[in-house]
Amino acid sequence: MRTTSIPDRLAANSYVTDEEQPHIRVDQELARRTGCGDRLIAVCPAKVYTREADGTVGVEHAACLECGACFAVADPGVLEWTYPRGGFGIAFREG
Amino acid sequence: MTAEPDFDVVVVGAGIAGCVTAYRLAQAGRSVALVERGAVPGSKNLSGGVLYSRGLEEVFPDLLERAPIERRITRNYLQLLNAESAVGIDYQDRRLAEPVNAVTVLRARFDPWLAEQCEEAGADLLSGVRVDEVLREDGRVVGVRAGEDELRAHVVVAADGVNSFVARGAGLRGREPLHHLALGVKAVVALPEERLRERFHLTGDEGVAYAVVGDCTRGVGGGGFLYTNRASLSVGVVLRLDDLVAKREDSAAVFDHFLAHPFVAPLLEGGEVVEYGSHLVAEGGLAMLGEVVTDGMVVVGDAAGLTINTGLTVRGMDLAVASGVAAASAVGQALDTGDTSRDGLAGYRRELLDSTAGRDLQTYAKAPAFLERERMYHDYGALLGDVLHRVYDHDLTPRRHLLDVARAELRRSPVRVRDLVRDGLAGVRAL
Repeated sequence: MRTTSIPDRLAANSYVTDEEQPHIRVDQELARRTGCGDRLIAVCPAKVYTREADGTVGVEHAACLECGACFAVADPGVLEWTYPRGGFGIAFREG
Repeated sequence: MTAEPDFDVVVVGAGIAGCVTAYRLAQAGRSVALVERGAVPGSKNLSGGVLYSRGLEEVFPDLLERAPIERRITRNYLQLLNAESAVGIDYQDRRLAEPVNAVTVLRARFDPWLAEQCEEAGADLLSGVRVDEVLREDGRVVGVRAGEDELRAHVVVAADGVNSFVARGAGLRGREPLHHLALGVKAVVALPEERLRERFHLTGDEGVAYAVVGDCTRGVGGGGFLYTNRASLSVGVVLRLDDLVAKREDSAAVFDHFLAHPFVAPLLEGGEVVEYGSHLVAEGGLAMLGEVVTDGMVVVGDAAGLTINTGLTVRGMDLAVASGVAAASAVGQALDTGDTSRDGLAGYRRELLDSTAGRDLQTYAKAPAFLERERMYHDYGALLGDVLHRVYDHDLTPRRHLLDVARAELRRSPVRVRDLVRDGLAGVRAL
């Protein structure tokens, strides 16, 4: 099988992106203090989180697979994480 | 003055547990709202893919004729994967086909059928609706709020999956310890049906389920899987979250490593990734089953933490069915007596633990701890591979008896005899 990059794989997925209300927020100050940014970056299989040039944690919420792994491993308070509004987000066609 | 409920029951989440609960209650003539945050049922749901189907057949006797299932599993393959070798136990049995024991499903196709059965039984399906919080009055759950809308019910059924915000909102679940959770990362790889049958030696609609341990997770506690669908493969890894974090591994890199492994890649050859997904897996077994009843609410399926992983079989969907059946029965009785308090609903937990699934949870209560033993994930597979290498590799050295070879390899391995004995005993007790 052709090895595919994560962006390629995500591109095969179906998403209904909520442009108005992102469902993930990072408390940058708390993320910096707890050092849990690297954990979020490593655990997320969709690479929603990235390390920005200024050291903050970037969030590409549109790629989210809604598994909740980041929320489970984050130090309390670092993430505001909800499911996207009804009808938005990943729409699995296989499952 | 409390407002009159809109429904007897509001079920949050149209997955397997939610649908079974809703179906049974609607069938019994209750007014049921089935609330699903996906635009279509199943569009938020992801499973590894093997459903032990006998329990669901008791709810839908014509399940196998009518539901969109993929394949009947008649072959189970256990693979110990090493960097340079793989040792497999290939178990095929016609008796698994008649009666059917397990099937593969793709939830985005399977769940809409389940939800349809609920609608036909009279439940109101509300799709594309995210429940934001539970409504409580005088300490009891009286309904849910979704945006501007409130839905009131005598009983709320939390069937909203492993992250259950509904159960959390009602105070039944807290922050889960990481060793109770694993991250599943999965791709669906399309492969022409004929090619898939040839590659996996399958006839008709028969299928195979691979359970893989060893060098598929780069040492992280967990394993790999590969299941055949009609014209695709479900392939992925399940990684224990505490170990993933402790070992600072990248989940996507572990997944890539598995797919590219020389003993896995040929199975995927010529396929195309048509979907990539991830899902948290409850891994705690009985220890994770928390409070499942409070005043005006019950918790079912993944939301209640219901899974059993024995290493050989991984079960979640059949437990979801069992919890749905037990919940519907207990909720029905509570509605009959008019007592939907915690005491009135207490029958649910009893029925759940008395069911076959509940008894299995108790039988395998020690399995999660057993599977946390590090040696399971690399040393044993490597040891077995090395012994077999000595058996089959005729390198012009004189042959030795199998027992001597095994002893010599055991000495070279990090595994000590006392480890073997301890793990063996623990395994016998846990599994």
